[in-house]
This record gives sequence, structure tokens and C-alpha cells, in this order.
Amino acid sequence: MTGGTDRRIRIVVAKPGLDGHDVGAKVVVRALMEAGFEVIYTGLRQPPEAVTRIALEEDVDVIALSSMAGSHLPFCQKLKPLLEQAGLSDKLWIIGGNLPRQDHDALRSLGFKGIFPTGSKFDAIVTFIRENVQ
Amino acid sequence: MTNRPKSAPKSELRPVVNESGIEIKPLYTAEDVEQNGGFDFLGRPGEYPFVRGIHPLMYRHRPFTMRQYTGFGNPVQTNQRFKYLIANGQTGLNVAFDLPTQIGLDSDDPLAYGEVGRVGMAVDSLRDFEIAFDGIDLDKITVSLTVNGAAPQLIAMFLAMGEKRGYDAKALRGTAQNDILKEFIGRGTWIYPVKPSIKLVGDTIEFCAAAAPKYSPVSVCGYHIRESGANPVQEMAYAFCIARAYADEAIKRGLGIDEFAGRLSFNFNIFGSIFEQVCKFRAARGLWAKIMKEQYGAKDPGSMWMRMIAGGGGGGLTFEQPEVNIVRGAYYALISALSGAQTMALCCFDEAYTIPSEYAQRISLRTMQLLIEEMGLADTVDPLAGSYYVETLTNQMRQKMEDTMAEVDRQGGIVKLVEDGAVQSQVSAQAYAMQKDIESGKFHKVGVNCYRVNEEEEHEVQMHPYSEADTQMQIDSLNRIRGERDNAKVTAALARLASDARAERNVMPAIMDAVKSYASVGEITRELAGVYGRYQEPIRF
Repeated sequence: MTGGTDRRIRIVVAKPGLDGHDVGAKVVVRALMEAGFEVIYTGLRQPPEAVTRIALEEDVDVIALSSMAGSHLPFCQKLKPLLEQAGLSDKLWIIGGNLPRQDHDALRSLGFKGIFPTGSKFDAIVTFIRENVQ
Repeated sequence: MTNRPKSAPKSELRPVVNESGIEIKPLYTAEDVEQNGGFDFLGRPGEYPFVRGIHPLMYRHRPFTMRQYTGFGNPVQTNQRFKYLIANGQTGLNVAFDLPTQIGLDSDDPLAYGEVGRVGMAVDSLRDFEIAFDGIDLDKITVSLTVNGAAPQLIAMFLAMGEKRGYDAKALRGTAQNDILKEFIGRGTWIYPVKPSIKLVGDTIEFCAAAAPKYSPVSVCGYHIRESGANPVQEMAYAFCIARAYADEAIKRGLGIDEFAGRLSFNFNIFGSIFEQVCKFRAARGLWAKIMKEQYGAKDPGSMWMRMIAGGGGGGLTFEQPEVNIVRGAYYALISALSGAQTMALCCFDEAYTIPSEYAQRISLRTMQLLIEEMGLADTVDPLAGSYYVETLTNQMRQKMEDTMAEVDRQGGIVKLVEDGAVQSQVSAQAYAMQKDIESGKFHKVGVNCYRVNEEEEHEVQMHPYSEADTQMQIDSLNRIRGERDNAKVTAALARLASDARAERNVMPAIMDAVKSYASVGEITRELAGVYGRYQEPIRF
């Protein structure tokens, strides 16, 4: 964690691609805020470049994506090199939403340490972030 | 691993409050009906206030239309699925478009990367409509287009395709969802800012009233507002506020209420308690009739009808134990039939995972057919009428809907509340509260927080394959059309469109011209966005 020990963990919650299903993203934002994190919600339709820029500008510790419409793999394939080029490789990348089990390994190899498919509990997400932010 | 929900000790009665906040008694009698407005606002089916149904004989005359939400990949594949469903007894079509199409991007737009044909059928030009509906008799099968931001283009493509095939636009039936205000609350396929978006809805209503008077240009949706966290009362109240906003826009253009209100339709959700849902629909039917008659001075009974598709139920289905969704779907279909819906559709059991398989679609279709063929749901109109419970709750729900609408008006009206992000924030706070109640076990969800099974016991769902080759086929086809069409004609049509938009004229005639010259969805959107700008989402928590 940068910026001293009293700094609160900063998280960007992004809606990647064109998917408009934001119920999940918004409830997770509320849960993360209630857990004491500082949360920046991007709103809908963020291309990989925008997610990278916002993560950089907001100096976040965690980059969290919420994907419901099935385009998570092509999106993350584009996002990974951009985050790396921006020097955000050491941040915690996590993703939640409609993520079929068969895609989890691919997401992990793309750098997503936390994968939270439909049915994940708020507590699991919060605990994972607390334990994994460096 | 089965974990039963805790029940209260026998000595105390578990209090029950429905999702709309109404306390539910263990027993209702004639006295409850009397104390809650009695039977004064009931009437007979087919008569004002239409609580019991908009037609005197309802399903005995004609059963509900069955219209599964379908579309994926390119128009060739979707056409095949349409024909499969029709061959299996489906009586209407409800087209799912991919996200690029819905937000006005061509399939080769960089922003469409990875999304072409994924959650619906890709459409770039009129050619795609010609392919998608090839061999489908538009006199026999009505088509509902689930599109909002790009609705003007797609309505125009549908009408142009019909004309090309020799149908008279004046007789062509069908529906477009085209309810942009709810897209700002949930679903999210907006393009332009709020005000010009409403203007475009007004354009389609005005245009269709003259050019395609049997076509329903708008289906106002409570459905997605409910999915976003609204309770059943709010679902109806917000939808009615939105419907009034469109009606006001049409009236502003000089249309009389009876010239267009009969073609307004609605799209509502069906998950939740059976009785709360049925009473919601009965209550709303009466309330809409009252609004049209008393506030808008409608004279034609057709203008007072709350014609609806009541279906889906996606928000009630679960990722866990997906096969149990088949049973939920059966109860939801029952709700829809008991509520007198004109059209029904069911989310499929595998839909929390993937594009539904043919198998899953057929199960949903059979579920609805069972109600008609075996269960007697098409035999008698409004069979729950007269129940002390149902009539009491119907009156209570209507009162709550009226209160909620009055509250919206007090706060400045639905358009302002949507522009400010206030409705979005409210329903999202409720979604969060509900999710917390599910996680704490306060709100029971079978398979989710009670009666769970181990992961190994979970039913494996077949995933729909996404094909890069089909995407490439769509892009190749778009490029071919760009090469073959008369590009001078396209340029002229687009220039006229921009000029009509700037002059605040109705843009539908120009869009008709543009689509007939095979201008693409993306090209038309760019012209309009050049004039109207693009929506900036207010972020509020």
C-alpha cells in the first residue's frame, strides 16, 4: 500500500465494454464503501484504455471489473498489456460477475488474482481485498 | 448440506410483509375487502376500469402470445432459431440484439470488439433484417424488437423490410421496446442525453401514428426497473410515470391522446410472491385506465388498456441449482396467465449462465403451452377475482402505486429524477439492501441461502459457443454492403438526417430513407449524436 499506513485502500470498480448490467457493480460498490474502502465507480461502457487511465489517475490499489455479458476474456486480453504498460502490474486485479468456471484459469493467467462469480458473498470480496493489497 | 431456514417458535406468528411493504394477514374476509375499497373499482372484463382484463373473453377468445427472447450471432443463425421456435408452437418473436447494435455501433467499430453477436443478433443494415426474417410470415407472427437507444433505426428497418416484402406498412403489426427512460435506470443501452432521447421516442410515436398505425412503437418497461432493485409497486409506478412522459411528448406535437395511446404497450416482470404479482397487475390495469381516462381525457377504451407482456423473471432465477429455475419459470408463467397478460415469455433455466440452448427454450415454451393445453388457464377470465385476499391486496397495491406516482411528481417528475440519477440511486440502494437480506438469510432464496447443495452436485450447464468466424462473417457482410450500395444516396440521406435533427424536425422520415439506402446503424447514430451529443451518466450513491 502506498502513501503511508493510514491511507485507506482505494478501489476502482469498472464496467468493462458495452454491458449495461450494473446492478451487481453498484451493490458491490456499496458493500466496499460500507467496509471502509475508498471506491471510485466508473459508470458504464469503459474501454480498456479508460479503465487504465482512471486506475492511474485515481492512484488505486485495486482494479475491480464487473462483467455480466460474456465479453470478459477479450476485454481482459486487451486490458492486461495496458495495465502493465501503465505500471499497474503490482496492483490487485479482481473481477466479478457472470464468469463461467471454464474461464477462471484464463482469467488468472491474465493477471486476475480474485475471481468472484455470481453467488459470491460481500464478505469474501472484502476479506480477499484486505488480505491481498500489498 | 441442506440447511433449512429457521422458523419462528409455534407460539408466535411470523409477521409477513410483502416486497411492496404491505403487511399480509393470515386470513382475509369480506370485511377486509369492504375496508379497502370494496368491489367499486372492479367492473367486468373488457369494461372500464379493466381490472379484470382488457377483453371480455380474454384467453377463451385468444390465448396469450408466446414470445421467447431470442437472438445471437448473425442473422442467419438467428433466423434458424426463430424457425425452430415457430416449429415448436411459438406464436410471436422477440428479438435480442447484440450490444453494439443496441447502442448504435457497427460490427466493425473498435468499441464493438469482442461483443458482436454475443448477447443477441448483430444488425448493421437493412440487409440483416431481410435475412433474419426470411421465410417468416409477418401476418401470422408478430415481431417485438428489444431495442431502445437504436430503436429509430431498427423500427425503420423493420418497416422497410416489411414494405420490400410487399406488406402494407399501414397494416403491419409489431412492437419495439423503445423505452429509453428506463435504460437510464437499468439495462443501460442509452446513447444520447435524456431530453433528445425522449424527443426521439416522440418522433417514433408521431411517425407510426400516421405511417404504421397498427405498429406499437413503444413498450414501456417496469421490467428492468424491477430487476434493478425496485419493488413491485415502484415497478408499475415508475413505468407509468415514464409512459406519461412519452404521452406528454406526443401531445406536445399536437397528437390527440386517442390517436396514439392505443398503441402504447407495457413490459413487466413476474418474479416474486404469486399473489403480490397477480394483484400488482390487476391493480395497475385499473390505475392505467384511470390515468388515461381522468388525466388525459381518453375516450377510446383502447387508449385505456394496459396491454402487456408479463414475463421474464430473470431477477428471480438463480445461478445455483439452475434446474430449479424450470420450476420457478412454471410458477412465473402461472402468475402471468392469472394476471391476464397479452403476451408471455420466460427466462430459460440456463439463462444465468449463457445464451439459452434450443432445449432450454423448448422447455420454456412447453411450460407456457401446458397452461393452455392441460391446466385450464385459458378457460375462464380472471379466475382469482372475488377472493377476499386478492381483491383486498389489489386495492392496497393500487393505492400504493398512486402514492408512489404522486411522490415522483412532488419531487419534480420522472424526467428530472432520472436526469439527476435519483431513481437510479434509490433502486440501487434497495438492490443492496435485498442482497444483504439474502446474504443474512432474512430473505429466503432456495438453493442460495437455504437448501444448498455441494458444488459437485450442481447441474452442469451447456455453454453456448461464441464464434469468431460468425463475427467475421458479419463484418465481411457489412463491408460488402458498403461496396455495393449507392453511396451517393447514403451520403445524401445522412445529410438530410443531420439537417432534420438540427432543425428539430421529426427524424423518422429521414431515417427511413437512410435505411432504405442501406445506411448502417452506426452511420445513422453518428449523425444523430453529432447533433444531440452523448449521454453522461450521473454517478450517485
